[in-house]
Amino acid sequence: MSGALLSTRGLSKRFDGLQAVTEVDFDLARGEVRALIGPNGAGKTTLVGMICGRVAPSAGTILFDGEDITGLPAHRRIRRGMAYTFQITSVFAGLSVHENVALAARRRLTGAVRVDAAVSEALARVGLSDRSEEEAGNLSYGHQRLLEIAMGLVQAPRLLILDEPTQGLSDGEIEGFKALIREVREQAAILLIEHNMHVVMELADRVTVLNFGTVLAEGTPAQIHENRAVQAAYLGTG
Amino acid sequence: MSIETRRVLALHGGLVALLIGLHFVLPAYHHGNLARIMVLASYAIGYNILFGYTGLLSLGHALFFAAGMYGMALTIQHAGFTPAPGLLSGIVAGALISGALALLALRTTGVAFMIVTLMFAQAGYLTILYFGEYTRGDEGFVIQTAQRVLWGIDLSDPANRYFAALSLFAICLGLSLWLVRAPFGRVLVAIRENEERVRMLGYDIYAHKLGAMVISGTMAAASGAVYGLLFGYAGASFASVQYSIFPLLWVLLGGAGTVLGPFIGTLFMFYLIDLSSGITSAYMLIAGVTLVALTLFAPQGLAGEVRRRIWKGLP
Ligand SMILES: Nc1ncnc2c1ncn2[C@@H]1O[C@H](COP(=O)(O)OP(=O)(O)OP(=O)(O)O)[C@@H](O)[C@H]1O
Ligand SMILES: [Mg+2]
Repeated sequence: MSGALLSTRGLSKRFDGLQAVTEVDFDLARGEVRALIGPNGAGKTTLVGMICGRVAPSAGTILFDGEDITGLPAHRRIRRGMAYTFQITSVFAGLSVHENVALAARRRLTGAVRVDAAVSEALARVGLSDRSEEEAGNLSYGHQRLLEIAMGLVQAPRLLILDEPTQGLSDGEIEGFKALIREVREQAAILLIEHNMHVVMELADRVTVLNFGTVLAEGTPAQIHENRAVQAAYLGTG
Repeated sequence: MSIETRRVLALHGGLVALLIGLHFVLPAYHHGNLARIMVLASYAIGYNILFGYTGLLSLGHALFFAAGMYGMALTIQHAGFTPAPGLLSGIVAGALISGALALLALRTTGVAFMIVTLMFAQAGYLTILYFGEYTRGDEGFVIQTAQRVLWGIDLSDPANRYFAALSLFAICLGLSLWLVRAPFGRVLVAIRENEERVRMLGYDIYAHKLGAMVISGTMAAASGAVYGLLFGYAGASFASVQYSIFPLLWVLLGGAGTVLGPFIGTLFMFYLIDLSSGITSAYMLIAGVTLVALTLFAPQGLAGEVRRRIWKGLP
């Protein structure tokens, strides 16, 4: 199939009285790494929430792989190949690290052997292999973020949505994360909400800037870096 | 087979073996008690699947217990069924009613879910009273010894009764153990822990809760049907609120979300009341104080404490 993997048209969300997202037209190509940036409260989490089905849009349509998914419940969108990691880490705190990832894996894999292999691979990719039997709630915040990413990876998604994945990671872990995304992009398109501009500049093919719920600019990292409006709104250097 | 799996099988199989052994040594009084406890524990095991593993607190399980009991007793009494089809109709009645209630109640969560299940169970209780002509209401009716012969086995005989109760218990225990280690059961636990996360892993929450409620309700119904058959009586009190609260207490005491907890809790509470009522007429006070102490010092229940302190992998 040709065309975009993901498209939104006129996507809007109103929380009683507050217009969080306004008429967003957004296209994401297959294999693309797209960064979504914008000031706090710009509507980034709300926008991806509508895309993956956590938030019901007030208006607009969402196409995934050419099909209208606007009316589908979240779990059916995930089954079509989206994976979502939460901005506020949302792992199963009382379960082991292994079981957290296994739950994500079992949706598409059957048989303990295959599941265990996929879990081991995902944990190795994020560098948590030696933590596999620990209770997830006991992990540091940064490690919980990595666990979230492992839970996303093990689903073998076509579109991986990451909401501020590097928040709380150490510099070394951020380097590891960048290397990981360069690998993952071979298999999946990535939509990355990110505040760390170094990460955005290095990883993204294109950047979309959201401000007050509307798309302020879109372009390559270099173009965005040069864009005066973006600097004024976001980088604070205008 | 992993070492962990072997230990789990040894523990739960060991309990069943112990219960077989107890048949030969227990005095008649305790032997009869244990038969009753095993049936009630099966009811609690069913309750635990919904409450302990899925995290849904129902206050209406007496509806399912009674559906099984009356599905069995009414067909035997009025349709001339023999025990085997009688049991089957009790189980089917429980499955249908728990499925129907799930369709309605699962639209709600939390306190609303508790209230909806409570209201429907109360409606069930009133229905039994309303059709007093057939059910004989609160007074209930006796199932004659002659009507309780299953495949040539007289279930009113204490030894037969004990082994029938043990069979039910072993089946429920085994099913529960298998379920919570199977992928479906793992998802139930995950729903209890963090429902929104499970949804965003692509699982259909509603379908899983529906499945849990039907399995739970059907086990409760099987227990109700067997109870009526073994003890030869069906009465509306088994559909009352009290019988919805009992499994909650048993499971909390024994350890919610543990496979052995329901049995331990039922055994403990049965003998707590039995022993304290032998000492004083204020036995409910003793029982109450013990329960409060347990919730203070073992908030996860008895088996829950074992899991917390000794064996983390206890299913
Ligand atoms: N469930 C909700 N109910 C009401 N208002 C909400 C809700 N969720 C988000 N909002 C509001 O919508 C706006 C956009 O929020 P959103 O979380 O999408 O921003 P964001 O760009 O992800 O911000 P951040 O960078 O801080 O994560 C904010 O003003 C927020 O307060
Ligand atoms: Mg956000």
